Amino acid sequence: MHASVRPALPVNIPPLATSPAARETSAALSMRMTISKVNFFYGRKQTLFDVSMGIATNKVTSLIGPSGCGKSTLLRTLNRMYEIVRGARLEGEILLDGQNILTQDVTSYRRRVGMVFQRPNPFPKSIFDNVAYGLRINGSKAPISEAVEKSLRHAALWDEVKDQLHKSAYELSGGQQQRLCIARALAVEPEVLLLDEPCSALDPISTARIEELLVQLKDLCTIVTVTHNMQQAARISDFTAFLLTGQLIEFSPTPQLFTTPGDPRTEAYITGRFG
Amino acid sequence: MERHFEKDLNEMKERLLWMGSLAERAVHQSVHAVLESDEQLAKRVLEEEDAINELQLEVDDRVVQLLALHQLMAIDLRFVLAVSRINNDLERIGDQAVNIAEGALRILRHPRVKPYVDLPRMSELTEEMVRNALNAVVRRDVELAQSVLATDDQVDHYRDQIFRELLTYMMGDSSVIFPAFELILVAKNLERIGDHATNIAEDVIYLVQGQDIRHPTVDRR
Repeated sequence: MHASVRPALPVNIPPLATSPAARETSAALSMRMTISKVNFFYGRKQTLFDVSMGIATNKVTSLIGPSGCGKSTLLRTLNRMYEIVRGARLEGEILLDGQNILTQDVTSYRRRVGMVFQRPNPFPKSIFDNVAYGLRINGSKAPISEAVEKSLRHAALWDEVKDQLHKSAYELSGGQQQRLCIARALAVEPEVLLLDEPCSALDPISTARIEELLVQLKDLCTIVTVTHNMQQAARISDFTAFLLTGQLIEFSPTPQLFTTPGDPRTEAYITGRFG
Repeated sequence: MERHFEKDLNEMKERLLWMGSLAERAVHQSVHAVLESDEQLAKRVLEEEDAINELQLEVDDRVVQLLALHQLMAIDLRFVLAVSRINNDLERIGDQAVNIAEGALRILRHPRVKPYVDLPRMSELTEEMVRNALNAVVRRDVELAQSVLATDDQVDHYRDQIFRELLTYMMGDSSVIFPAFELILVAKNLERIGDHATNIAEDVIYLVQGQDIRHPTVDRR
């Protein structure tokens, strides 16, 4: 009867995994990391106040907020980067897979929680050696060239560099260098990947590539990213935390935070009416 | 490079088309409930209305999320805006079908006013408009959308014809006023369904060509 290009459909509509009814809440997810009542000090100056939140496993969590809000500090606490700063002190508890991160050997801990920085910082070595570096110092027994290829593939860089693996990493473009740094971090198979403004030094196309990469990488590891670009947080993250003057103002599933924020300060910030 | 929001766009479209198919079926069933005096068919339309309403809320929610989370541009932006409007039109089509089904339940308590001649033709044309409008969405087919716009006048003509004819019956025999009036409302609802199909077709043209053809007499320079 109906010459339709659409299939005839039953009334009972199966919900899609991403249907609003099936939308994830942090309560239903397992937590790779748990941050409990964290206060942080640089000498006498307190920069984080009583921050508590969970980092959901195999999800992207973004930390947003204005300059100086403490988002980078919070990220750095997650792999104990602050320990190299004289006078820095952390109170409270951060757990990775239920274990206090402060009681673990820092080197092996940082293998589990990798970090990528704002500016691409490849080592002055070949592309291959950059990715192989972590594997070698960790005494990996796996065949190194296979692991390098795997990491470069995961970082969506393999096709662009497979014929020039022994060229200097400095010959790559900024966006490629950043993906190389991600490949280097991925090589040691971290459980968590931290990224501090990973796209701020990149052009829009390279930024889009990194964004797509992060969305894909969450199947491989848990991702926490700091960004001053809240549109980027909206595009790529599953959960977003808004920080202001060292306090966690709001932490919600990203669609909720960007459509119906619960706190007027979050609303003011994301609508550009802040301050 | 495929962007991950394309998956969200596709899912939104898939849900809209589910809704379209349900609305299309509601129109068909409601009119046939009248034409064939089929009480069960009318009741089925009333039962199935919730599914359309649920999908309207879901599609709306997806539109809001896509607009809030992904800074969509050009055809992606036009697509989400078009979906938002089409979503509204489909829900209204579902409502008009419910009106017709409720009318059918009242009409079948009375003897037939007359053999139905124009009403089946009008309903066929209206159903075709809805079907073609939705197919034009799927195929992004401007030509098909334009054929929907061209059909609207014929549907309006049938509405006037049915109205005049039933008025004559009512003037001749006051005992048919109630069912004849209900039949006029059926024609009115069908005509409104045609208008919603026209809106959908206009949205397809906006989506594909970026041209807003809704009010050609308005000077937007």
